[in-house]
Amino acid sequence: MNSIVLIAILVLYLGVLFYIAHWAEKKDNSKWTNNPYIYTLSLAVYCTAWTYYGSIGVAAESGLNYLPIYLGPVIIAPTWIIILRKIIRISRINKISSVADFISLRYGNSRFLGALVTVICLTGIIPYIALQLKAIAETFHIVSNTPIRTNIFEDNTTFIAIALALFASYYGTRYVDASEKRKGIVTAVALESVLKLVFFVIIGIYVTYSVFNGFGDIYEKASQLPDFVKRNTIGGLPQAINWGLLCVLSMFAIFLLPRQFQVAVIENNRENHINTAVWLFPLYLLIFNLFVYPIAWGGNILFEGQDVNSDAYSLLIPMHFKNVLLTALVFLGGFSAAISMIVVSSIGLATMVTNNVLIPYNFIGQLKGEEQTINSTRILNSRRIGIFSLIILAYFIYRFFGLDYSLVSIGLVAFVIIAQLAPAFFGALFWRRGSRLGAVWGIIIGFAVCIYTLLIPYALGASNAANSLISEGFMGMHLLKPFQLFGLDYLQPVPHALFWSLFFNFITYFGVSVSFKGNYRERNYAEMFVDINKYVTNHENAFIWKGTAYRNDIEKVLIRFLGEERTRRAMNIFNLKYNVDKNQELADARLIKFAENLLTGHIGTASARILIASVVKEEKITLPEVLKILEESKENIIINKKLTETSRELQELSAKLKDANDSLIQKDQQKDEFLDTVTHEIRTPITAIRAASEILIEDDEIPEELRKQFLQNIISESDRLNRLIDKVLDLEKFETGKQKINVSENRIMETIENAIEPLQQLLTNKQISIHVEGKENTKALFDEDRIFQVVTNLVSNAIKFCPEQDGLIVIAVHDKADFIEVQVRDNGKGITKGDFENIFDKFYQSTNQNFKKPIGSGLGLAICKQIIETHKGKIWATNGANGGACLNFTLPKK
Amino acid sequence: MKKILIVDDEPNIVMTLEYTFKKNNFEVFIARDGQEALEILKTQFPDVIILDIMMPLVDGFETLQQIRQNENLNHCKVIFLSAKNKESDIEKGLALGADAYLTKPFSLKKVVEQVHVLLA
Repeated sequence: MNSIVLIAILVLYLGVLFYIAHWAEKKDNSKWTNNPYIYTLSLAVYCTAWTYYGSIGVAAESGLNYLPIYLGPVIIAPTWIIILRKIIRISRINKISSVADFISLRYGNSRFLGALVTVICLTGIIPYIALQLKAIAETFHIVSNTPIRTNIFEDNTTFIAIALALFASYYGTRYVDASEKRKGIVTAVALESVLKLVFFVIIGIYVTYSVFNGFGDIYEKASQLPDFVKRNTIGGLPQAINWGLLCVLSMFAIFLLPRQFQVAVIENNRENHINTAVWLFPLYLLIFNLFVYPIAWGGNILFEGQDVNSDAYSLLIPMHFKNVLLTALVFLGGFSAAISMIVVSSIGLATMVTNNVLIPYNFIGQLKGEEQTINSTRILNSRRIGIFSLIILAYFIYRFFGLDYSLVSIGLVAFVIIAQLAPAFFGALFWRRGSRLGAVWGIIIGFAVCIYTLLIPYALGASNAANSLISEGFMGMHLLKPFQLFGLDYLQPVPHALFWSLFFNFITYFGVSVSFKGNYRERNYAEMFVDINKYVTNHENAFIWKGTAYRNDIEKVLIRFLGEERTRRAMNIFNLKYNVDKNQELADARLIKFAENLLTGHIGTASARILIASVVKEEKITLPEVLKILEESKENIIINKKLTETSRELQELSAKLKDANDSLIQKDQQKDEFLDTVTHEIRTPITAIRAASEILIEDDEIPEELRKQFLQNIISESDRLNRLIDKVLDLEKFETGKQKINVSENRIMETIENAIEPLQQLLTNKQISIHVEGKENTKALFDEDRIFQVVTNLVSNAIKFCPEQDGLIVIAVHDKADFIEVQVRDNGKGITKGDFENIFDKFYQSTNQNFKKPIGSGLGLAICKQIIETHKGKIWATNGANGGACLNFTLPKK
Repeated sequence: MKKILIVDDEPNIVMTLEYTFKKNNFEVFIARDGQEALEILKTQFPDVIILDIMMPLVDGFETLQQIRQNENLNHCKVIFLSAKNKESDIEKGLALGADAYLTKPFSLKKVVEQVHVLLA
């Protein structure tokens, strides 16, 4: 393909990326950019040109050996829910902007440690970036069929590198606060992740199904190649250990690589996005790896005996068949894979370099007493220049050092170097005792082992078996052979270096941490990191600091970096959050931490601490004192929690008391009303008796007939009085549960007949007919005397409701599965709806009676209800189909 | 002959009052609740009304309020005769415009005396 056309495609493609990044930065589009899928796809920055081209090379040379690098992340992904969430939480709360910041903060805002981590990352990643540039350049030359020019200013790939550097330095530094989200970059990276996957799958399908006849066909043809068996044999236990170590290596890489930390932690918008990433990211890796093997062996078959670079099979195959479009797509996919890595890595590294080396060591001036705009510009520019020069530096490394190793081997070396951060990093998450000294020495010694077992031999030329260091060991000591350190001879160089470097790194980190106690800051942050969940909402409380500081001084520092407006807003938030008087002169520990946090995003943790320390007068705190304060604050938190609980319990209790009181008042009122009504009901017969007696005693002329009538009235009113008293006592017994019932199995029809018998005379007098329906031997469990009373009451009640002519009462017994139901219906006016519930209340008298005054006492239905409920039955009122009242009750059969 | 209306839902009590006032030369009308009383008062304008309070349908308080709105009954004396003997009930009854409030159980002699006092 013509190189001009190819350049045009690349420019167009970069233009699209610029546009996407620009579009994503707009607030309106945040629903497209702030979602778990974009997040997960941005994690796929893990798949670089190494994956895109290098895996195929490995698969072609040595079968399935490319897999462990993807297996590791797949295995570790489920733990993200806990570990990654914790890292994100810590970073968000402390405004951390890089892995260097993370480690430096945990070990007491250590400036040296931050710088050390930065150096480690630079050492590992710059060659790695160089590698990506190499991949772009080489594939460019393969596709355009042009030679690599010796003069870099004539080589087109130089300009591609410059364009990339500009893109990254522009979009990577939109905000001074490095902990801010870079939506544009992330969205562009996510898009690239989609493209590289899609293009890779397309070439995979093309090779598998168009060039060949499916997986089986490739396998069959490949198995006839001379060294197929040898290349595809997994070599027993030693090889399994090699595999295992590579898996471990990639597990660390997925957390620690600056670009992974950048996209997974710094650019994370919501913790919940992890939940999607946990399954989607492994799925992405799986799909990516599906076609590696067929492409690799398809290439081996096609190019057998030719001297071609197996890394480039995915390009060479479509070119071999003169498929220009497919070649271009594959090239674009590889380009995407490379530039997303380059851009994200360079942003991460540049932030580290400025915030952890340049600013804390005053390389870009003191940043003291300057205007906010000047400071911000200076910080931003240093980051821009950083990103730009990192990429250009990487390009020069590629051009001048050649990088003759395969894509995979340089990538793996980078992994091993970055893995040196693992003990200090994971220790920071889970181990309180881990100290700054331990971390520093662990990393240094681990890195030294790395240099000895990996970097030096590689620099000397790994293939150069004649080299005396590699074959004989240092000064001829066989135990010190770089690839067989201490006689460990069955591991390949990379797993070997990983094993020994991590071994010494870990031992040192652990040993030093246990032997020498750290200072109070380390112990303080240890607490905050390990127990982050306790401090999520008010981590400033967990910060320990003693000394004298003035709010004014701190505000002045903040203004220099945040500006007047943002400082004022931040201080307002602080005052509100902790209920602090804004006129208070002295600053406390919380404000110190709050201010350090605000600065951290701009200038890194170490510088933030140094800056704040420069305007306050801090007193030394001894470690035991810190432990005591921590203990106290822990207790305080517990006490606070207990207080909250107690206060909630008290509230509940007081609510309950209020309820109880209300119900007592209500009961009291009910009692009053009950007493009132009882008094009235008692006084009424007494009144009649008294008045009649008065006439009888005073009046001698009273006619005989009237005299007898009055005497008769006295008798009936006395009976009424007696009945009333009986009923009140009855009711009282039921209500207080003193009334016992004698339950036995009885025939309900008999009881009903017996109850109606005494009422027959009244029914005849009122010309009311009564019907009883039901099966003769229906049985239920009840106290016969009591149900007799209920039926009497209900029938008496029905009599009251019956019209004066053609009155009809029906008693129906229904035999249900577990209970029987008895209905007493009349053909009166029925019950108004509002009365359905109330008629069972004491002394409640329906407003709808068709006679002037109930014959009963107003207690009948209340007693019925008590009796039925004591039998564990139900009683309720409805209106029948004919509109008359219908009173129902049930009795259990068992 | 003076007219008296007795409003009470207890027939046995009404019977004693009816007998007593007839003996004292009153023309006696009887109603068994407020509604019935108001019906009677459309055509009859008694000099005295003896009114129970706790009655079904329309109670004594409401009945009195209706009576006081009827100009034909301006001269009419109303005596509450009730088992409700709480201070608050008595005050309420008098405030509504009753001329007297007697409690049950009562002395017939005193009821008659009260009526005479009111009519004097």
